[in-house]
Amino acid sequence: MEPISGLAALLSSSVKIALVFSGVMLVVAYTTLAERRVSAFIQDRIGPNRVGPFGLLQPIADGIKNLLKEETSPAAASRTFFILGPILAMVPAMVTFAVIPFAAPLPTPWGVVDMIVADVPIGILYILAFSSLGVYGVVLGGWASNNKYAFLGALRASAQMVSYEVALGLSLIAVFMLAGSVTLTEMVWQQQQLDLWFAFPLSLAFLLFVISAFAETNRLPFDMPEAESELVTGYHTEYSAMKFSMFFIAEYSHMLTASALMATLFLGGWDIPFATWDDAFWYEGVLIRGFGPDGVPLAASPAWWKTLFTLGVFALKTGFFLVFFIWVRWTLPRFRYDQVMQLGWKVMLPTSLAYIMVMAASMLILDQVGVAYGFAYGLALTGVSLVCTLLFIFYLDDDRIMKGAGARQAASDPVPTEGGD
Amino acid sequence: MADLLFFMFATVAIGSAIGVVVARNPVGSLMFMVATLAAVAGIFVLLEAHFLAAIQVIVYAGAIMVLFLFVIMLLNLGHDYQRDVKGGVWSVMAFATTGGLAGLLVRQLGRSADSPAFLTGSGGDAIDAALAEYGAVGAIARPLFTDYVVPFELVGILLLVAIVGATVLAKKNV
Repeated sequence: MEPISGLAALLSSSVKIALVFSGVMLVVAYTTLAERRVSAFIQDRIGPNRVGPFGLLQPIADGIKNLLKEETSPAAASRTFFILGPILAMVPAMVTFAVIPFAAPLPTPWGVVDMIVADVPIGILYILAFSSLGVYGVVLGGWASNNKYAFLGALRASAQMVSYEVALGLSLIAVFMLAGSVTLTEMVWQQQQLDLWFAFPLSLAFLLFVISAFAETNRLPFDMPEAESELVTGYHTEYSAMKFSMFFIAEYSHMLTASALMATLFLGGWDIPFATWDDAFWYEGVLIRGFGPDGVPLAASPAWWKTLFTLGVFALKTGFFLVFFIWVRWTLPRFRYDQVMQLGWKVMLPTSLAYIMVMAASMLILDQVGVAYGFAYGLALTGVSLVCTLLFIFYLDDDRIMKGAGARQAASDPVPTEGGD
Repeated sequence: MADLLFFMFATVAIGSAIGVVVARNPVGSLMFMVATLAAVAGIFVLLEAHFLAAIQVIVYAGAIMVLFLFVIMLLNLGHDYQRDVKGGVWSVMAFATTGGLAGLLVRQLGRSADSPAFLTGSGGDAIDAALAEYGAVGAIARPLFTDYVVPFELVGILLLVAIVGATVLAKKNV
């Protein structure tokens, strides 16, 4: 099996770009519906169910409404940046999905097609680069509106996103160390080789990444830039119609990319659990599914149904995280702004640094002892990570949930004081 | 194709760099600067320096420029369009400084154009070999953490000193 090349590669790339782009837009549209239906379910309501069966045509109705509505532009806004804001928010959000592998390679008569738009050598750094540019849309939009609530939202957004980018990047270092690579295709492959998803040997990195991803996507409990009860709707207060809609598309596609990324980095991407027949990776120009006992590469046999199956598994994992995002939004209350900053700089940053040290030391010891990269290696790291994660949770919990309110009241009799200094 | 892309990125980089200087609005200047950095990152990609391009965007365009924007917005510079460019002796000093830096750059570039590595292209071959063997990140990480580990650590300490200094200056009661 040869990789696809020449004109066919160009054509297949164009088709992949078109399909992935429309797929992302479709999922984004239906995530807004899911958000409303799940929130209704959690609040014991029914939610939008009038347009089409089960309200399935609601996103289309919303889209048409937003396209046809009147665009308002505040008189005191600076026009260029007011228009630039939503564009700069949407473009980075749309291009980040390009480096995420979403299925096993697909065989065609012209060669094997990788199910990824662009397998760039820097992989996840590409995502970090573009998502770090996403903050400009929010900040410029809020600043250009010339509205104090929008401006406060923009200030909060810039501070929050810069702060949590640090923790996000640092939590990834443990993943880089274990995978030995930054490309997402190789990370999927390494998880297949380890017979263990990275969520287990790197559980604390997973936890830190999930928390940072919530902060980076501005989702509750980190929706400081919007904070309806404090800032009207924050940075997009002055926006209407399609420009408003573009901010929303940006937020939901960030959510989708973050979900797909968490699925790929920590839950094995398109890997089907407890099975090796789906494994595939380009090793020195040959598509292999693993190594034999004497280190001989075994050739993989790609098939369309394998691609379809792995795509389904990838969609399931991503969908799980999307529902998780929505679930958390309608479960947890919003943090206070100082709590967000405190968590970012005083808890997440030192914890991720300490975790890098612990994991690097554990991997070094395992390598020195001579444990081969495989299931046992993963299990040993799982043990170390489990201890770290439990310590972290106990520290963050500060006896609140673990002991319960009664124990706290008894400890600090007569009445516990709130707030402290 | 690569030539076409190079000229596209180069035009954007130089055009935006001029924009940084001539824009009346500080936020406009800043956005032009971001465009310059992004275009230079594009040129890095054309040179197969993927890692540098990513770091350029993550660190400069995505973090440092956001802090610049933060400061500009807090000082509210963007709403009064007065000339805050200092004239007279200041402009002479600024011109001398930039001229001196540009001179140094030209001198250095002129030197490397004569070097055997540049003329034979062996430097490029070495980089290609390193990229093929260690990957986009490893090709930078290996020399950085082996041959140049002491300068690397020293730069880290320099940055730490700068952070401590800024904190001390910003704090009212130390």
